[in-house]
Amino acid sequence: MRLEPIANPGLARSLGFPALALAATVLVASLLAALAGANPLLTLGLVIKGAAGSKFALLETLNRATPLIFTGLAIAVAFRAKLWNIGAEAQLYGGAIVTVVLGTSALSGMGGFALPVVALAAMVAGALILLGPVMLKTRFGVDEVVTTLLFNFIMLLLVSYLLEGPMKDPMGMGWPKSAPLDKALRLPRIATGLRLHWGFGLALIAAGVVWFVQTRTTLGYEMRAVGLNSQAARFAGIPVNLVLVKTALLSGGLAALAGFSEVAGLKGHLSLDLSPGFGYTGIIVAMLALLHPLGVVVTAIFVAGIFVGADSMSRAAGVPTYIADMLLATALLLMVLAIGLTKFRVVRG
Amino acid sequence: MEAQEVVLRLSRITKRFGALTANDAISLTLHRGEVIALLGENGAGKTTLMNILFGQYTADDGTVEAFGAPLPPGNPRAALAAGLGMVHQHFTLADNLTVLENIQLGTAPLWRLGLGRVTARAKLARLAADFGLGVDPDALVGSLTVGERQRVEILKALYRDARILILDEPTAVLTPQESDALFETLRRAVETGLSVIFISHKLHEVMALSSRVLVLRHGRLVGEVATAETDKHALAALMVGAEVSAPAVAPAVAGPALLTLRDASTRNQGAAPGLKSVSLELRAGQITGLAGVSGNGQSALSDLISGLTQLQSGSLDVAGAQVKWTPRAAVASGIARIPEDRHKTGTIADFSLTENAILETYNQAPYSRHGIMDWQAAEAHTRNLITTYDVRCPGPSGPIRQLSGGNMQKLILGRVLELSPKIILANQPVRGLDIGAITYVHSRLLAARDAGAAVLLISEDLDEIMGLSDVIHVISEGRLSPEFARGEQSAAELGLWMAGQGFADAA
Repeated sequence: MRLEPIANPGLARSLGFPALALAATVLVASLLAALAGANPLLTLGLVIKGAAGSKFALLETLNRATPLIFTGLAIAVAFRAKLWNIGAEAQLYGGAIVTVVLGTSALSGMGGFALPVVALAAMVAGALILLGPVMLKTRFGVDEVVTTLLFNFIMLLLVSYLLEGPMKDPMGMGWPKSAPLDKALRLPRIATGLRLHWGFGLALIAAGVVWFVQTRTTLGYEMRAVGLNSQAARFAGIPVNLVLVKTALLSGGLAALAGFSEVAGLKGHLSLDLSPGFGYTGIIVAMLALLHPLGVVVTAIFVAGIFVGADSMSRAAGVPTYIADMLLATALLLMVLAIGLTKFRVVRG
Repeated sequence: MEAQEVVLRLSRITKRFGALTANDAISLTLHRGEVIALLGENGAGKTTLMNILFGQYTADDGTVEAFGAPLPPGNPRAALAAGLGMVHQHFTLADNLTVLENIQLGTAPLWRLGLGRVTARAKLARLAADFGLGVDPDALVGSLTVGERQRVEILKALYRDARILILDEPTAVLTPQESDALFETLRRAVETGLSVIFISHKLHEVMALSSRVLVLRHGRLVGEVATAETDKHALAALMVGAEVSAPAVAPAVAGPALLTLRDASTRNQGAAPGLKSVSLELRAGQITGLAGVSGNGQSALSDLISGLTQLQSGSLDVAGAQVKWTPRAAVASGIARIPEDRHKTGTIADFSLTENAILETYNQAPYSRHGIMDWQAAEAHTRNLITTYDVRCPGPSGPIRQLSGGNMQKLILGRVLELSPKIILANQPVRGLDIGAITYVHSRLLAARDAGAAVLLISEDLDEIMGLSDVIHVISEGRLSPEFARGEQSAAELGLWMAGQGFADAA
């Protein structure tokens, strides 16, 4: 069997295969639910209801989508320039650490005016964490997949040390968590009485900004040129390494905002379970969105909905929440296959 | 010849790619012990026809018959089993394996211990002796010269008991002397009963080797003649569809040197040699031709002038050159660069025509102001290029990969020539283009020369170099020959330089 590229895939092909992938994902999910001894239709219904069945459920989904939009954007920006940043998790925790350090320090006296400063400082931290691996890549050709991935573990261990040591909450009854952020430095709710915080608004703005950068700015043009064909970009005079460094700063900064928004908007303190793998799920979010910054918002909400819905379904139907992970993994694999099939035709022989 | 057995018969082969008919009802017969030449311009359908024969493509219509039995379509294995052997223009050898290992590759059965080296070695030695193809079976392919590698490719086909040998432009990478050795081998092969299809667009080779010539043009078989009954002029006329006359190029009046290299040396890039103490002057109003066999330092010189590499020693003088020599500095110094590979380095396939048109100027006004792109200005510029340079395309916003090679090259020409360059580096500017596009590119280069630009034309096609250049240098293993005026050296004499003879430090 061989793959033959298709010059101009028709509309039926470009939409048909992704739709087929989605249908197959639902089928697989149903099989899994049946395997767990539940009625598949009922289970799926409960997932949808749990994700979007009420105002509370919907807001919960949007809250959960917020860090995924940030990490999804971080991945989309990096992958677009073929910079394989697998370390959004590390950059997220970097942002979270800085947020807590500044938010429990002298800055807290400045009240809400300090919020932008804290956000910027968090972004700088995330950017610096990605800068190291990228310098190693541009200078010595070290594979950034390995270095960024390993940074995730380094940062997690660092957080673990900080929470057991210098940043341990003296009032925490021995739990490994940091002291709470000053009340004035918490991100406000979008509307009183709603659990949705302004981190979601910030995420939407970030998506808009990234879209603008990619399509309308000189830097965006450079990033896309480097990603599509770095050899031609170099020949044309685009400073490829400098562009990669700028991309890394943007990507690391975006991932760090996820940490900032989770701490300042939701949790109020740093703990080891701040991120249940938002950095990794961001890869799925970005890939499902085909690396389009506005698409990231849609897929992040979709992915968050599956997680939130599965949580609620598992309480009602007794099917383990792991079904959400399996569902997402299936969706990603089938979607990647479907995207491949819109561009290539399988030929026998 | 008529009495000989027919070994291969293609009947009314037709292949369409969308609106394009690449092969239009082509029929062909090949006899035992015969050499036929398949002659045609690039894009005439020669390669498509051979791909169908080998099962890489399936024909829309028509049949293939080998040794009297029909060949199933779309099945490369069947073609190999039927005794067809192909030597591709681009070799398919593994550099880090020995000659023997390369030849055995793919022939050893999966479920057997041992490699059968002894038998293989004996068979290889016998083939080498029979056909005069001396190669050390234990040499690493990576250490062989291009001519030797081609011998390995031929041996590989013979080892698989090929009785029909197909050679796709076999001399494109050879020196004239290596080509002669190849022809000698092929004559011997034919005497032992092999049949050969020889694909080429070089008339003198076709005349020297084949007994029959089939001419393809725009996918159709436009002529089939016995070689003894024709001549170069008649074949050329058949090939391009009209009597061709060499373009009469008026002699140029050379101006001052705009780019000067003195004792310039660069590092080797892997197997590709760097420059070895090269001195070169590119003068205003003159086309300087650089002849040479592929892979002898043309890339090193082109990369240096393009700004991709830096000098190891020596000097590079360009008026207005900046301190650090980069691609951007080269463009700023007024160098127009037409790269060798327009797909990989000249354009970004998934970018639109507009995005490709501003690749070198995207960061300057009017396309970029304070970091924000002005796409309207870029598109207006692209529309202007499309009209001025006659780029046939659906529009400025479609991806450039949909364009044919000729139209892609016209856009690149427009991109660099619109900057009114003082120096033009044209590296293989017409490779893979059809005759119309070739004429267009050449006329643009000549016009730029007449307007006072210094042109460096790098090509592996000696006819192109001799036809256009006011002065000629030959490059061999990174060394540059002295400058020859137009007509000073014959093609055969230049061929000797290409083979490395005549250089002061020749080994």
